[in-house]
Amino acid sequence: MIFPVIVAQGDSSMADNGLLESVLRLVEKVDGGTDSQDVAADLGVDHQVIVGAVKSLQALGEVISAEQKSSRHWELTGEGREIAEQGSHEARVFNAIPDEGLPQNQLMKMPSGKVGFSKAMSNKWIRLDKAHEGGPRVFKTVEAIEDTVRDKLQLVQKGQSAKLEDKEKNELKKRKLLSEVTVKSYWITKGSSFSTTITKQETELTPEMIASGSWKEKKFKPYNFEAMGVAPDCGHLHPLMKVRTQFRQIFLEMGFTEMPTNNFIESSFWNFDSLFQPQQHPARDQHDTFFISDPALAHEFPQDYLERVKKVHSEGGYGSQGARMLYKLAQQKFTPVKYFSIDRVFRNETLDATHLAEFHQIEGVVADYGLTLGNLMGILHQFFTKLGITKLRFKPAYNPYTEPSMEVFSYHEGLKKWVEVGNSGVFRPEMLLPMGLPEGVSVIAWGLSLERPTMIKYGINNIRELVGHKVNLQMVYDSPICRLDS
Amino acid sequence: MPTVSVKRDLLFEALGQKYTDEEFDELCFEFGLELDEITSEKEILIREQGDEKAEGASDVVLYKIDVPANRYDLLCLEGLVRGLQVFKEKLEAPRYKRVSPADGGEPQRLVITEETASVRPHAVAAVLRNITFTQERYESFIELQEKLHQNICRKRTLVAIGTHDLDTISGPFTYTAKPPGEIRFKPLNQSKEYTATELMSLYKTDSHLRHYLHIIENEPLYPIIYDSNGIVLSMPPIINGDHSKISLNTKNIFIECTATDLTKAKTTLDMVVTMFSEYCEEPFTVEGAEVVYPDGRLCVYPELAYRTETLSGDFINKRVGINESAESIAQLLTRMCLRSEVSGEGDLIQVEIPPTRADVIHACDIMEDAAIAYGFNNIVRSTPRTYTIANQLPLNKLTELLRQDLAAAGFTEALTFALCSEEDIADKLRKNIAETRAVHISNPKTTEFQVARTCLLPGLLKTLAANRKMPLPLKLFEISDVVLKDETKDVGARNNRRLCAVYYNKSPGFEVIHGLLDRVMQLLDVKPGRNQGYHIQAAEDSTFFPGRCAEIFSCGKSIGHLGVLHPDVISRFELTMPCSAIDIDIEPFL
Repeated sequence: MIFPVIVAQGDSSMADNGLLESVLRLVEKVDGGTDSQDVAADLGVDHQVIVGAVKSLQALGEVISAEQKSSRHWELTGEGREIAEQGSHEARVFNAIPDEGLPQNQLMKMPSGKVGFSKAMSNKWIRLDKAHEGGPRVFKTVEAIEDTVRDKLQLVQKGQSAKLEDKEKNELKKRKLLSEVTVKSYWITKGSSFSTTITKQETELTPEMIASGSWKEKKFKPYNFEAMGVAPDCGHLHPLMKVRTQFRQIFLEMGFTEMPTNNFIESSFWNFDSLFQPQQHPARDQHDTFFISDPALAHEFPQDYLERVKKVHSEGGYGSQGARMLYKLAQQKFTPVKYFSIDRVFRNETLDATHLAEFHQIEGVVADYGLTLGNLMGILHQFFTKLGITKLRFKPAYNPYTEPSMEVFSYHEGLKKWVEVGNSGVFRPEMLLPMGLPEGVSVIAWGLSLERPTMIKYGINNIRELVGHKVNLQMVYDSPICRLDS
Repeated sequence: MPTVSVKRDLLFEALGQKYTDEEFDELCFEFGLELDEITSEKEILIREQGDEKAEGASDVVLYKIDVPANRYDLLCLEGLVRGLQVFKEKLEAPRYKRVSPADGGEPQRLVITEETASVRPHAVAAVLRNITFTQERYESFIELQEKLHQNICRKRTLVAIGTHDLDTISGPFTYTAKPPGEIRFKPLNQSKEYTATELMSLYKTDSHLRHYLHIIENEPLYPIIYDSNGIVLSMPPIINGDHSKISLNTKNIFIECTATDLTKAKTTLDMVVTMFSEYCEEPFTVEGAEVVYPDGRLCVYPELAYRTETLSGDFINKRVGINESAESIAQLLTRMCLRSEVSGEGDLIQVEIPPTRADVIHACDIMEDAAIAYGFNNIVRSTPRTYTIANQLPLNKLTELLRQDLAAAGFTEALTFALCSEEDIADKLRKNIAETRAVHISNPKTTEFQVARTCLLPGLLKTLAANRKMPLPLKLFEISDVVLKDETKDVGARNNRRLCAVYYNKSPGFEVIHGLLDRVMQLLDVKPGRNQGYHIQAAEDSTFFPGRCAEIFSCGKSIGHLGVLHPDVISRFELTMPCSAIDIDIEPFL
């Protein structure tokens, strides 16, 4: 279990309370604060150890305040330190040559041989006699030399790099003897609860502390309120189903009764014929509808209602789910109804980023005497207002089973244009009268898909990331609750 | 929805007014059209074939306009302009007239022989006299035929249109049917003669025509039209003869439509002649042609029938929800090309339906036109006073309540497809497809849609497979419908609402799934126990690991299974960890 507090960083050095208290005593002595590097020098320990101590002290609360700062300074490289100790390569070469000279090949074997030889040559400290008998030989040309490189490096080592000119430092840097480093240090001052003694801080309140009242004496480590909490161990509802729940809620608020639509397999009769879908309508094509091979035959149709029943079944379709319910309604003494359904429908379609072979269709139906087109627009206005959509307009359209038919457009503030949000219409009398509904009864209806508003609501571009097994469960875990009107 | 492509400038010239794109879009919206796209030939070519092919293509602005599927009178520039001009009251709807030959001669005659009965029994014909084509008009004429072929003619299966230069042929014409081997002619845009058999194989590779071959391919006799000299006019519904092809200079056009559906043929012919008679010397007149049937009956086409409907202003007002005078409604209808006048009897309105408006079949169609002309968005929106009490479907109510609590129990909801492959519900679950009671689809486009699912498990396992990268354990559930064959139902199948959950982790976690069952039963207020309660009992099921499966009984009835999945099932769904699962029917708890 990870708690959102800093515990890890200070704990290892926390044990060394002696060091911490030494630091605090130094801080006590100076007014206006001190640099952690000076503290390191005073206590004769590595600066990093002091940095650790500062962090530990910070974790104790307001004992000290430490402000991080950075400074740049020059430091010897490994090779630079060697030279400061043993002299420059050229000086070492010079010193190795006796008065009678040294064979060049022997000189070259020295560790500083190659670099030292060329530097000493260019300093004109030595000369090479190529014609000497027994092979080329090196001789001193001067009596004594001054090893300025070593001197300069020793100055830097003593912390007196300021005495060197920038040009000199850069030259040594080029020879990889010096490097400029940035040191992060702290400017330490007394905190509001400064003290030179360390009290151990508690991580958490315990039952024992409560019982004994010892919590009153204890200091508690501060929490890190920047960290995230621990995710609760829970399950999640699917975003599309959350939106479905909201649509159900809206319909119920508006007094609509839920239709039984749990029959994915529907006969062509109810799916097409009863909806006044012309026999040659493209929706009946093999390309658009899934037909069933097994079981292949539907039976038990209301014989008085039906004359033409095709031998194929179809599964779902573009049509309205309401045909069976309206027929049922017409078989009793007519009372006005408001129905809704939200369920899967199917189409035999090529799939892409916005189309699947099955999707959820939302449908609302009202049947009553004397319903007008204005009523349809009015109820659509109320329905969409509950979805948070108030700007609506209607475009004349064509559906085989409704007349008039209207496409519903809403103004999309983001896209700055009108987008289609649903389809609607008044059912044709050719559909209603054969069912036995009284003349004068109008049926208004509208439909929309559940997926589209959900994709817009949750910012999903590819429908396959929302519906089906390829869903990203992280998206499901992370999806917020659904309030359609906000 | 058909899309008509028109040149913008040509359209505005014909409309006598320039619009901005937004203004024209607005006009379309009001009229029930949709300005779908603003493009050019060049843009289209660039999009479809790349920059190189598009070089030199025209960049004249094209409007692509979506037209409602029942408005065949708006499928060309001429029709669109006429419709919009009448709508804007800039033009009166023309009156289309069938006339006899001007010189007092005999009308053209098409004789149908009885051989056509087996393949394509109907034909109608007409003549457009002294027409003047321009390049644009000619292109529009060809394009309209194509649009009609795709829509009302249902890809030529119901109707096929042939248009011919009348001055190259001489009547009377004969519409007959012959064995393909005996038909021989030079087809449109070919340089030599072919037999019909050869043509069928020639067009097998034609990107356009190959789609129509199936209509007659397996017929013993092919439809064919000859003139009095034996010249072939056309072999419907495939191709016209080259001899009679029309050109920019054609003056007189003989139009024939052959069909399997006579009503559609008459409508199609009416559309072609009403749209283009505008360019005849005597505009909006069409010369009739006689069609003689095998039984000797003689009909004259085009019908160009006008019919009158009478309805009351009150009917329109009440259906639309407006309050207009009969006069004003008559005026609204007239703007929709339905010439109307008040009859003087009460508020009755006489509405004349022109031959161009085959879509008007009922008073409600007239009512819609009045509403469109009034402006859908000018109608006052009012809430219906229908008073009802809402009821939830009990099954959906139970589902909603259970879903909430399953999520509260730590399981995450999946939403999987109701259609799947046979393999998903059979082989992969180690079941025999014949025993699944699955409903099979006869025309799936891919194997993903061979059957309706008979259980929810495959969908959940596929969801696990797609989310293998997620931290373990994975706990999923779904409450949804499966479909099972059921002879007692009128459609031979029924939905069944099921609850399925899986636990996927490094150890099988049977106790987790078992605990979920206990929780679900607690939620359903069923106590553990043999008789009135629920209990589980060791069972063998090929989907589960032997000895690790139990059948679940509630009130003595089997409602499902739970257990550790068989390792083969796990591998077949491309999973690697042990998995336990529960699957129950929730309908007994209603």
